[in-house]
Amino acid sequence: MELSTGVREKHLIQNRLMVAAIGGACLLILLVVRLIWLQLIETERFQTASEANRLQTLPVSPARGLIVDRNGLILAENRPNLQLLLVPEEVDDIDVMVSEVRSRIEFTDGDAERFAKNLKSRRRPRDPVVVKDDLSESEAALIAVDLFQFPGLQIEARPTRFYPYGGLTAHSLGYVGRLSLNELQAIEESRYAGTETIGKSGVEKAYEDALLGQVGVERVETSARGQIMRSVDRDEPVPGADIPLHLDIGLTAKLYEALGDRRGAIVAMDPQTGGILGLASAPTYDANAFIGGISQAEYATLQVNQDTPLFNRALRGQYPPGSTIKPMLGLVGLHYGAVTWEKEISDRGFFQLSGDDHKYRDWKRWGHGRVNIEKAVIESCDTYFYEMAVRLGVDQMSEGMRWFGFGRRQGRDIQGDLPGILPSREWKRQARNQSWYLGETVISGIGQGFWVTTPLQLAAATTAMARRGNFIEPHFSVLEDVDAGAPVPLGDSMDWERMIDAMEDVLHGERGTARGAARGLNYRIAGKTGTVQVVGIAQEEEYEEEEIDERLRDHALFVGLAPADSPSIVLALVIENGGSGGTTAAPVARQIFDYWMLERNEGALAPDETYVSIMNQQVLGYGNADSN
Amino acid sequence: MLTATDIGQIESFRPKRFAQRYGVDPLLTLFILVTALYGLIILYSASGQSLSMVIRQGAHVVVGLGVMAIISQVRRDIIVHATPFIFAFAIFLLIAVLVMGVGAKGAQRWLDLPGLPRFQPSELMKLALPAMVTWWLTRRRLPPTISQLAIAALLIVIPVALIAKQPDLGTSIIIAGSGFFVIFLAGISWRLLAILGGLGVASLPVLWMVMRDYQRTRVLTLLDPQSDPLGAGWNTIQAMTALGSGGMFGKGYAAGTQAQLKFLPESHTDFIVAVIGEEMGFVGISLLLILYALILGRCLVLTMRAQGHFGRLLSGSVTLTFFVYVFVNLGMVSGVLPVVGVPLPLISYGGTSIVSLLIGFGLIMAMQRTNRVLSGES
Repeated sequence: MELSTGVREKHLIQNRLMVAAIGGACLLILLVVRLIWLQLIETERFQTASEANRLQTLPVSPARGLIVDRNGLILAENRPNLQLLLVPEEVDDIDVMVSEVRSRIEFTDGDAERFAKNLKSRRRPRDPVVVKDDLSESEAALIAVDLFQFPGLQIEARPTRFYPYGGLTAHSLGYVGRLSLNELQAIEESRYAGTETIGKSGVEKAYEDALLGQVGVERVETSARGQIMRSVDRDEPVPGADIPLHLDIGLTAKLYEALGDRRGAIVAMDPQTGGILGLASAPTYDANAFIGGISQAEYATLQVNQDTPLFNRALRGQYPPGSTIKPMLGLVGLHYGAVTWEKEISDRGFFQLSGDDHKYRDWKRWGHGRVNIEKAVIESCDTYFYEMAVRLGVDQMSEGMRWFGFGRRQGRDIQGDLPGILPSREWKRQARNQSWYLGETVISGIGQGFWVTTPLQLAAATTAMARRGNFIEPHFSVLEDVDAGAPVPLGDSMDWERMIDAMEDVLHGERGTARGAARGLNYRIAGKTGTVQVVGIAQEEEYEEEEIDERLRDHALFVGLAPADSPSIVLALVIENGGSGGTTAAPVARQIFDYWMLERNEGALAPDETYVSIMNQQVLGYGNADSN
Repeated sequence: MLTATDIGQIESFRPKRFAQRYGVDPLLTLFILVTALYGLIILYSASGQSLSMVIRQGAHVVVGLGVMAIISQVRRDIIVHATPFIFAFAIFLLIAVLVMGVGAKGAQRWLDLPGLPRFQPSELMKLALPAMVTWWLTRRRLPPTISQLAIAALLIVIPVALIAKQPDLGTSIIIAGSGFFVIFLAGISWRLLAILGGLGVASLPVLWMVMRDYQRTRVLTLLDPQSDPLGAGWNTIQAMTALGSGGMFGKGYAAGTQAQLKFLPESHTDFIVAVIGEEMGFVGISLLLILYALILGRCLVLTMRAQGHFGRLLSGSVTLTFFVYVFVNLGMVSGVLPVVGVPLPLISYGGTSIVSLLIGFGLIMAMQRTNRVLSGES
């Protein structure tokens, strides 16, 4: 009995064990099914997921193309720059991070301010923000040692744009800067993967597309922590194209030297090609300061400077052309029959419209006597041109001058230039909703009134003179040497030669307005001076230079070309409040012509380095304050 | 004293005779050894080629095997008599853990007593509890009565509650399971089982309410790992990715990107099977499952041979608990069960787990050992 109970119990347990074993076997089969599903059926899906885990595609930014001057000197290059970067999305407490950085390397208030500004500016998600630029090797090492403690912080040697000539090229090359949100919407985003900068102005902007290059792709294996283990494969980026310019950096340095500490602008052009040989706008600024994002203080200094160093006078400065356009206007007058080469007038020092008492004065109080068109150019006789303007009428004047490129933006690779104003009845109706007065025609005859031009326009127009009646669009790069220009259909070649001869006499003639600047000249310059009123002078008042506030003095202008027979350079320059074109602007031009015609051939193509740095400090105005 | 037949049987070696006489079962020991060796090989890869870790784990295995051999020698009646005391001691230690335990990540699981290695009293309970329930139920005839079952339930609930409070959900579930298996094997009626099952389902909402937040997230994450792919779902997603991307033959030893690049969490402990799956593929996991099947099968055979009801019930419970380990770990890694901290038996790195498992095997061996030789000698 006892035994049978024990046997029954034993069987009970063994039965239950069998049930459990069968149940367990079923569960094991379930697991196997699950594993078959995972490993044999859905393999591909999980392999894709695993590869996506493991492989990261990193954009490899291409090296930005260089910008080189006509002699092959590099004007814009890429300099390795050790940057301390931070990805804000990966950092818990940025303030703590910054204080950690501060405890290791020098981190000035300026750095902190720049960083705060960088942090605030809009960017793509996960784009790193520059904490500190231009780390020294030892600073980089100090941070690198502890880098693993700070997720989100990284050190990268990123090539950064550098302009070796600083302020000398700022107004022509422009600069690159961080992509702004507006720009992000305009660009093809994939091309800028890995690139955080874009040409903001000047040549950098005009040739952005070519300079940028083609982004490369690197696939890397990364750990779960994002640490890069190794490179799997790599499509090399295609570096951006180098952009060769007509610019001559030696000449450009000379332009700034000649301007000295005056405000003004000079544009030098190659009449053969229309290429811009040099462009100066003084004072200037160091474009390098803009690369990594300029600090608020630095920007403010530039902004409040009443000499407006950021303002590009050469492209955006709109000055009345004054007498500089007299040779061109003369050709227009001849073309439309308002005057002939033979016609003479008698100048008593002023011009009057019939039925009007108002005297339009000549700059020479007692007049030039008997004046023909050549003399009117050489001596810059205002009365002659007042009268011619009235005969010509504003619309024909405007029509003729349009051939020289006035009243519109210059094309090709020039960024940000202003159109100026070439006045006409139509223009005044549209712009001011007013009708035209004859008196306005009179003063237009001497390039005053509504008429404003940029130094670039003056250079382009003078180039058309140098080319004896052929207008070519001014441009920076050799790449734009694409056509032979457009003929200016005014007069015949004899007319152009004769007008150039008159311009030669402006310097070389006994009574030329710029004769003082031509002393001892062993080559021939053809030119024209201009003196532009900044404030109106009442009828019987005398203009007393000494008594007038410096900023209200006349602007001094000069346009010219040399050598007169077969020109290799054209200049247009404006010196703000410089006084008279003949005494201030022409001597400045003379220095530049001398450099081009004489000194340049002595072999020095580039300005020497100490000279550039002195120039930069002298011209930049703020440059020395920022050299911390 | 060896008789002539004994000598004959030794000459034609028979595992059953050997095991029954000397305690240690050669087949089970062999299966365990092969599995542990497989585990060491995987551990080398999973630990990022850490030889020192492999050596330490090897030492755990050697120590465990030694303890197993010793336990297998203990006389069954000593184990039976010692059971209530060991259980009481284990309860005491669990209370001590709650009072003065140490731990990490918000859980208090370890006891750090001077002069002793740091250990988890819950490991002791893994064997003490089924032994205690067995002890209780085998005092009377089987199948147990309702009142017996009520006491048994109390014996289970108290330690489970203590462990759940640490909190250690995985261990408390497994220990509850080991106690339940005893009751099940003892012949609880199917009707009662059905009622208990119904009550269990009904109490799920209550369980839900007492669970900690992180435990709830684990359950929710199981239902939809993609709901929080970088947080709670990360482990499951990465483990499934590792397994799935291994395919049939795997990516090669020590060449699993999920494991080696640390996308796989806990790759040398709870999630080590994902490393096998990734690097050795379906073939590698199948090999492991075969090894487990052999161990389980052998344990079943030994349980069938176990002496006395106490031996059978305890052996059966330990065997089933071992199975639960395997199933829960594999289920968790392959994404069919919530992530609970259950190591893969004999493979996952960790000394306590290995030693306590091998003590379990030692008990199974002890239970099937006949006392004939000993009693013959006495």
